[in-house]
Amino acid sequence: MSATLEKAAMNPVYRKRLLTHRIGIALSVLAMSIGLIALLWILATLIIKGFGALSINMFTQNTPAPGSEGGGLLNAIFGSFLIVSLSTLISTPIGILAGMYLAEYGEENKVAAVTRFVTDIMLSAPSIVIGMFVWAMYVATTRHYSGYAGSIALALIAIPVVVRTTDNMLRLVPNSLLEAAFALGAPRWKVAMTVRLRAVKAGVITGVLLAVARVSGETAPLLFTALNNQFFSSDMNAPMANLPVVIYGFAMSPYDNWRDLAWGGALLVTFSVLALNIIARTVFAQKAPN
Amino acid sequence: MNTQLSQENVVAMNNGKRKTIEISGLNFFYGKTQSLHNVSLDIHEKQVTAFIGPSGCGKSTLLRTLNRMYDLYPGQRAEGSIMYRGRNILEPGQDVNMLRAKVGMVFQKPTPFPMSIYDNIAFGVRLYEDLSKGEMDERVEWALKKAALWTEVKDKLGKSGLSLSGGQQQRLCIARGVAVKPDVLLLDEPTSALDPISTSKVEELISELKQDYTIAIVTHNMQQAARCSDYTAYMYLGELVEFGETDQIFMNPARKETQDYITGRFG
Repeated sequence: MSATLEKAAMNPVYRKRLLTHRIGIALSVLAMSIGLIALLWILATLIIKGFGALSINMFTQNTPAPGSEGGGLLNAIFGSFLIVSLSTLISTPIGILAGMYLAEYGEENKVAAVTRFVTDIMLSAPSIVIGMFVWAMYVATTRHYSGYAGSIALALIAIPVVVRTTDNMLRLVPNSLLEAAFALGAPRWKVAMTVRLRAVKAGVITGVLLAVARVSGETAPLLFTALNNQFFSSDMNAPMANLPVVIYGFAMSPYDNWRDLAWGGALLVTFSVLALNIIARTVFAQKAPN
Repeated sequence: MNTQLSQENVVAMNNGKRKTIEISGLNFFYGKTQSLHNVSLDIHEKQVTAFIGPSGCGKSTLLRTLNRMYDLYPGQRAEGSIMYRGRNILEPGQDVNMLRAKVGMVFQKPTPFPMSIYDNIAFGVRLYEDLSKGEMDERVEWALKKAALWTEVKDKLGKSGLSLSGGQQQRLCIARGVAVKPDVLLLDEPTSALDPISTSKVEELISELKQDYTIAIVTHNMQQAARCSDYTAYMYLGELVEFGETDQIFMNPARKETQDYITGRFG
């Protein structure tokens, strides 16, 4: 090292800055490790306890009756699949259209400003409140729990997520691109539906997938709506088994086989959500413009 | 319509050349800030009119009034009159979409739509014409040939417009503007984001396109204005300082300010 550089390294201002830098980095790494350790711990516990429960039976047999041996989660897996699928079918068009409305008119219109504010509140609304709401509005009116009620509750949770990501994504589209479309004489709806939405298609799909991931682990709203069903059922107008509620019920039961199934179910839900997240990010990374 | 046409013919005969656009007493406001002051000039048919001047002089603003692009932004407004083929397009009753279909625009940065090269061209055409697949194929080929891009992309029309290079993207945007068969083309610094080779291609293109279209071009590059325009307008601080035939503006400007700018003593 040359004398000039050595002298520069002794500069007190520089030394102080270097120290601050090192303390800052150390604190960040510490915070990151705490978060990461918690996450890895959860995953490790799930894998250790849930892996033993994973078997072909889990996917071929229904939830066992109290006191009976073995059993699986087929009815709960199927029920969750139906409920989440229907909720996605409801929430995706509503969420995307509402997000487009906000992106188009959000700057110039009071209704849009209020909608955006309410969406933000809904994003952080406790899911149990949504469950109670659907119970009061739908379950209490129809006088029975049902898969439909579960889908509605999950859709209500998913909609604000889709609205927010769609809105955010659309607002990233540069004005120059929109002007280019307007310059050809395209009406506003056409610009919004084709050029603008298409430019951020990957981001919007990511939002939908993240919303699916978000709702597929929700338990509270389903307790009030879909409830549970010991048997295999594809009737969405009747109570329906689903993974979160089964996990909730089985985890605190006195039967060993039930508790094993709860761990297996938890592992299944976690890895489905993980897979969805990874898919969502891959889609986004591949299709995102630059 | 006939009487209107004959009137235009009379005007054309009187002036020797037909005017496509007549701007008079144009003022423009961004909110409370006035950025164009009483601008009046004529844009002649099938000629290239260049707008030059330092940054912020209002040349782009002026261009954006000609297709009412400013309408997209609340708070921006224009006063005065812009007669386009006998109609004041600043009047509230003017259908801006129809206007923009006739007065096309190409922007500073290439803005290909996030779709295939073919669909980039077809997008605008589909807005106003109901063509069969074969007719659309022909139109796409015709527009890409007009923009001197056909040979480079004819084997990959299904590929994304974003996969092209910057210069190709800009020619795609020109093809897109030409495909709808407009009457006027507005070019807002079309080569400022391009390398010299792409720039010269676009400049050649401008001379070609002049055969069929009335062209208005905003440029920072004075040589470009001198090379490809027939008329030049020099603007400064929102005012039109001098307007005339390009040769006269560059060889023998009437105003000292114009001379200072084009000789590089200012700007």
